[in-house]
Amino acid sequence: MTILSLFDIGLVVLILGIGASTIVARKAFAAVIAFVVYGLLLAIAWVRLSAVDVALTEAAIGGGMTGMLMLGAVARLRFAKGNDTPTSLPVRLSAGILCALIAAGLATAILSPPEIIPTLAPTVMENLAQSGLGNPVAGVLFVFRALDTLLEKVVLLLALLGIWSLAPDSAWGGIPGLRVYARPSSTLTFLAQLLPPVGIVVAIYMCWVGAKEPGGAFQGGTILAAMWLLVMIAGLQSVPSISQPWLRLLLVIGPMIFLAIGLAGFVLASAFLAYPSGYAKALIVAIEFALTLSIGVALGMLAAGPPERVQQP
Amino acid sequence: MNLALDIFTVSAVSAGALFFLAGTVGLIRFPDALTRLHALTKVDNLGLGLVVLGLLPQANGLLGALKLVSIWLLVQLSGAIVTQLIAGAVRQRGPHG
Repeated sequence: MTILSLFDIGLVVLILGIGASTIVARKAFAAVIAFVVYGLLLAIAWVRLSAVDVALTEAAIGGGMTGMLMLGAVARLRFAKGNDTPTSLPVRLSAGILCALIAAGLATAILSPPEIIPTLAPTVMENLAQSGLGNPVAGVLFVFRALDTLLEKVVLLLALLGIWSLAPDSAWGGIPGLRVYARPSSTLTFLAQLLPPVGIVVAIYMCWVGAKEPGGAFQGGTILAAMWLLVMIAGLQSVPSISQPWLRLLLVIGPMIFLAIGLAGFVLASAFLAYPSGYAKALIVAIEFALTLSIGVALGMLAAGPPERVQQP
Repeated sequence: MNLALDIFTVSAVSAGALFFLAGTVGLIRFPDALTRLHALTKVDNLGLGLVVLGLLPQANGLLGALKLVSIWLLVQLSGAIVTQLIAGAVRQRGPHG
């Protein structure tokens, strides 16, 4: 047994243990912290499976972003009164049974794989050179399955619309209720002044390098969102109201450019979402940059939550 | 030459891992929030610092080495500031607030 397989076994045991502790934790806060750790450990597992793209996304979205959304939910629950009635036994039982069924289904799918595992990987690697990209993941996302990627970005906007719809009528078009910890000359202010320039460079790098190496629009966008949230939480920039035209433009510009280039494919390359030969890489990088911006703004607004107060004139 | 660099890597990373172990023991065993933070910052500084130092000879060229060092610096920065923020919150609202 090599030292690496020992490491892998230890990692799997840790992941299972942390996963179990998210379920048995009595307090929501402890469960969320365990969930964040679970996401980071999963990221290491993806690195061990040589899926660095997935690992980056898991660490950024699964651990960081989702963790932050859930911490926000826990904080809200703590302040909400009159929600202390425990769930009734039948509800808990049926939830447990449903979860067990899903786990059993997943387990049968994974434990009894087909004899020959179907794969398109060789075909992808054969045709990747035509697109001018070096990262097969980017190739699948933006060339071979571009429609899925386009729809995924639209889903992100739909999720944001869902959150905005939770606002009471009187606050519609107002300012999201992100909690601001503005204290002049605190260490948080210092961090919010020092980190964003570095973070923005890293985000652009992530997006740019995504064509060749692991990275891409989602990873870059998450870093942008984190920097924006940091600046807003430290009170250096006010939280914008959701009716701002520039905000809405930034939200849709990525999917819009993607869609426009896709429609242009009808004329220039004879199919929806096809790229004219020779221009594929340039167009994909343009789409990725616009998407990075849109994803950054969308994730930042997702974390900021539904509008709670109307802008003072 | 290569063997010397490998020995350097193994010893520096092992020393870093020792700091991680000590920091984790401190995190579990120390009595209150402030002393636990003290244990954690040692891991950020020295533990990760030694691991990065040990990995430098194995890095992928100068650019890779620069990336490793900047990761260490960023972790130091965020670690130091987050520790300050947590300690401030503990001081203001008590260990259980």
